[in-house]
Amino acid sequence: MATLKDATAIAGIGQTGFAKRLPESEKTLACRAILAALDDAGIAPSEVDGFASYTMEETDEVEVAKAIGAGDVTFFSKVGYGGGGSCATLGHLAGAIATGQASVGVAWRSRKRGSGPRPWKNTAVQLPAPAQWTRPYGLLRPADEIGMLARRYMHEYGATRDHLFNVALACRNRANQNPAAIMYDRPLTREMYMTSRWISEPLCLFDNCLETDGALAYVIVSAERARDCRQRPVYLHSVAQGLPAQHHGMVNYWNDDPLTGPAWTAARQLWKQADFGPDDIDVAQIYDAFTPLVPLSLEGYGFCGRGEGGAFTEGGALESGGRLPVNTGGGGLSEAYVHGFNLITEGVKQLRGTSTAQVPDAATCLVTAGEGVPTSAVLLRN
Amino acid sequence: MTVNDSPLLPVVDEDGAPFWEYAARGELRVQACAAPACGELRFPPRPCCPHCGSFDSAWRAMSGRGRLWSYVIPHPPLLPAYAEQAPYNAVLVELVEAPHIRLAGNVVASADAPLNSVDPGRLRIGAPVRAVFCPVGPDGDAEGGATLVRWLLER
Repeated sequence: MATLKDATAIAGIGQTGFAKRLPESEKTLACRAILAALDDAGIAPSEVDGFASYTMEETDEVEVAKAIGAGDVTFFSKVGYGGGGSCATLGHLAGAIATGQASVGVAWRSRKRGSGPRPWKNTAVQLPAPAQWTRPYGLLRPADEIGMLARRYMHEYGATRDHLFNVALACRNRANQNPAAIMYDRPLTREMYMTSRWISEPLCLFDNCLETDGALAYVIVSAERARDCRQRPVYLHSVAQGLPAQHHGMVNYWNDDPLTGPAWTAARQLWKQADFGPDDIDVAQIYDAFTPLVPLSLEGYGFCGRGEGGAFTEGGALESGGRLPVNTGGGGLSEAYVHGFNLITEGVKQLRGTSTAQVPDAATCLVTAGEGVPTSAVLLRN
Repeated sequence: MTVNDSPLLPVVDEDGAPFWEYAARGELRVQACAAPACGELRFPPRPCCPHCGSFDSAWRAMSGRGRLWSYVIPHPPLLPAYAEQAPYNAVLVELVEAPHIRLAGNVVASADAPLNSVDPGRLRIGAPVRAVFCPVGPDGDAEGGATLVRWLLER
């Protein structure tokens, strides 16, 4: 059977600045990030013939392609489920390139969530069907929906707020090393965490990601072509999507075991195609819209057993030099929240050796998309 | 009053409509496969049975007894109708007859009491609860309203 293993590589990455409020439009930010990524790769915009993004992306391919001066585009794809789609854009483009449907693929995400509206505040539009079962009762925001799983997780396995703090702290410490991060100059202490205001108990302010304006993009080409590009290639070793049996989306309260989420499904497919396993991962970028998603993902992707994700965070395990350094740019919690796209670019930086919190000789990186929703993940290697 | 100032009513779809119609009559019913050899309960409701593929379904009466599976205490920023009651509780209740079926709701002091009418310190996972029914909306349960299922702590 044909395989995508190491068949394609990320040849370029690009990003705008991150801020609570950027003056330019999402479309303009998207174009800036894409052109920066193409310049990074040394590939002309006219060579772009494939696109991928999220269904929630507001700027469509038509607008992007004509603005950047793309050529004839022969593949375009959008992935659903918000932050669950980030790594799936890699899979879709890799599949297209490996099968000759396109030769230069660009994926992007541009988002003004720092200064724009919050989706949960919109009561005028018809919400997806599960909302009839939850929203009238005041389960309004993603933080409420994930908080419900977090409290059950803490109850079943003895995970604590200190474990969640360990996640927030590791991300913040890396952001303090990253001048591009929103929280670059703002250290976090345990006291700040423990005394911060609640958002949805058991989740406090620092358990929630940032709301950011910004855009990111990457360029993907065949492995052969990537070796002729400007930058050291970062190969897609394995990529997977995951929608588990009887899964219900973010409000996943109705399957037999709501604490076994899409990460488990994506992980099985991801590792099945890989030449290495969790013990061989040098650094990980784990989707962190909310701190509890990190211990749940650590379990799902096989870094520890079921229920051990909280304890895994102890002893600085997630910090630089720890057992598994995570979110080395600061992640969604402290660098920027752009639907997880900055986790992909940070993974590329690690494997190029250019991260602001470089893991020495990093050769393998796991990047995950949103856990709790239909998700995706990728194994990168250099 | 704008939409944003009122508590949200369920935006009912075709599959969910019977649940709300039974709730308006004070009945808690869950969709079940009507194939004689199957009969599995399912929630949320959907067109066909994920176990046997049958499109025949019936709505089976539940006792209304359950246990708290988990809960959150939301704090602002929230929509105005919820912010004015915050902090309040939002809970998931597993049904005694079918623990894999979990209904979102609120634990309240009485059927029509505010969302913050029970001290959060009284909530614990596993606590027994029973269903009560509360008409909500501009004219109670009349046109444009709905009946929400809420929960009382059992003694």
